[in-house]
Amino acid sequence: MGIIRTDKLAYEYIRRDEEGNPEGITRAIDGVSIDIVPGEFVAILGHNGSGKSTFAKHINSILHATEGTVWVDGKDVADPDNVWDVRQTAGMVFQNPDNQIIGQIVEEDVGFGPENMGVPTKEIWERVEESLKAVHMYKYKDKSPNKLSGGQKQRVSIAGVLAMHPKCIILDEPTAMLDPGGRKEVIRAVRALNQVENITVLLITHYMDEVIYADRVLVMDKGRIALQGTPKEVFSQVERLKELRLDVPQEILLARSLNEMGISIPENILGVKEMAQCIAQEYFG
Amino acid sequence: MLRDITIGQYYQEDSVIHRLDPRVKLAGTVLYIVLLFAFEGIFGYIMAALALFIVVKLTRIPFKYMIRGLKPVVMILMITVFFNLFLTPGQVLVVLWKLTITKEGIIIAGKMAIRLCLLIISASVMTLTTTPNQLTDGLEKSMGFLNKAKVPVHEISMMMSIALRFIPILLEETDKIMKAQIARGADFETGGLIKRAKALVPLLVPLFIAAFRRANDLAMAMEARCYRGGDGRTKMKPLIYKKEDRIAYAIMMGYILILLIARVVCGLR
Ligand SMILES: Nc1ncnc2c1ncn2[C@@H]1O[C@H](COP(=O)(O)OP(=O)(O)OP(=O)(O)O)[C@@H](O)[C@H]1O
Ligand SMILES: [Mg+2]
Repeated sequence: MGIIRTDKLAYEYIRRDEEGNPEGITRAIDGVSIDIVPGEFVAILGHNGSGKSTFAKHINSILHATEGTVWVDGKDVADPDNVWDVRQTAGMVFQNPDNQIIGQIVEEDVGFGPENMGVPTKEIWERVEESLKAVHMYKYKDKSPNKLSGGQKQRVSIAGVLAMHPKCIILDEPTAMLDPGGRKEVIRAVRALNQVENITVLLITHYMDEVIYADRVLVMDKGRIALQGTPKEVFSQVERLKELRLDVPQEILLARSLNEMGISIPENILGVKEMAQCIAQEYFG
Repeated sequence: MLRDITIGQYYQEDSVIHRLDPRVKLAGTVLYIVLLFAFEGIFGYIMAALALFIVVKLTRIPFKYMIRGLKPVVMILMITVFFNLFLTPGQVLVVLWKLTITKEGIIIAGKMAIRLCLLIISASVMTLTTTPNQLTDGLEKSMGFLNKAKVPVHEISMMMSIALRFIPILLEETDKIMKAQIARGADFETGGLIKRAKALVPLLVPLFIAAFRRANDLAMAMEARCYRGGDGRTKMKPLIYKKEDRIAYAIMMGYILILLIARVVCGLR
């Protein structure tokens, strides 16, 4: 059985008018069933308001399902006795780095999670060191988070989660507020965790180029999973992606146009380098 | 402009004072302020200034930086001096229209100014050399006995530490909103008090909304990292007295003794 499993999960927000009287409900999640195996790298795509964040918050027991069930490592997240285990097993990284760094110094922030879990002092220091090293931020351990770049802050947030020794990390648009350099740093760190430490990753993002390394891509729309498969499978369905209001990666659009012009190129190539190689091969033999 | 406020901010440096246990620094600051009010003669002030000067030197923080922190309180200082200068009865020296300056007034105003400056610098020495986490840890531990009286000591100190962490972020945000409003023609600089106060409303509303949103996000992030209050929590940096801390306490005792002996034996205050 998977590390994260949901069964017909549904969640409804109650919309309220200015006086606070309920005036309607938004079904933000509508019957989502997924099963993520340990060590998998899963990416979730979807346009604004498709329910990605709402879904992610269920895994960490921050929101509680209106219908259906979520299990993390076999534990039902709705059971109050499991809350702390679940939060430790599935760590969460949010979008805005400034709103999730609690400590005034990098190392103090990374130690926050283990402190809450009651880890002995000596072990906290070991965990802080190894987590900061894993995201290549050890040399900044004495710095104030306010003095770091966005990408560095986000890597500190990831270290903060790592120090809790989770089996799985959920990242909700961790790169949305970063510049391209910062985005690369963060994605590289996330991939390393997945490949080296074998931590299950659930990456929510708007950027297509971040999902090419995923084992599986889920596309959400109106609270449902509209499309899923490997990145190549998903990106080859250009029309469907446009329907779901997602940008199709340039490589795929290029392959399409080339095909129309009579140059045969597979329509599921991702990455600029791969693309260039393929064109070169086709053209120059 | 707003970033000049240095009160409550940590200044990273590797100095003896930085390494002291926060409880020592807390006790030292409280003691210093009490003594400042108990010994208000020339001798007391000279000793206080000297002690503060030595401590400031030991922190290795540039004195200029520390003085910058005084800027926002200059207004309070001026008001205090003003009232003391003009409203103290006694031997009249100068008469300006309806206001009179007395000899006693000058003395009291001068003392007040010196005392406030020393007080603020001493308090900022503590916050500049102690991370908010250490500071609140120190408070939490020294106030631990209040727990029995059902005072939520841990929660209060956590609140303080988060407030301190967010001061620079909120100031930056205020700056940003101000610039955005100025770009749209808002005017914070001219006009009377009421006009200026009114100009602040469009600044405060977005600031408050942003602060609430931040608070919400932060609470969620803390919960996601298993925060559940002070029970069962361990410390990454537990407070343990070292040799330096004992020496610091001894020096404080020595300082009190000198002041007391000078008062009792030589009549100096
Ligand atoms: N606190 C809330 N109260 C009421 N409705 C909400 C609330 N949060 C989200 N919603 C609604 O739930 C739906 C899903 O929102 P959600 O934040 O999960 O989307 P998302 O996919 O994360 O979007 P984004 O890409 O913008 O982050 C949206 O229609 C949104 O309007
Ligand atoms: Mg979202």
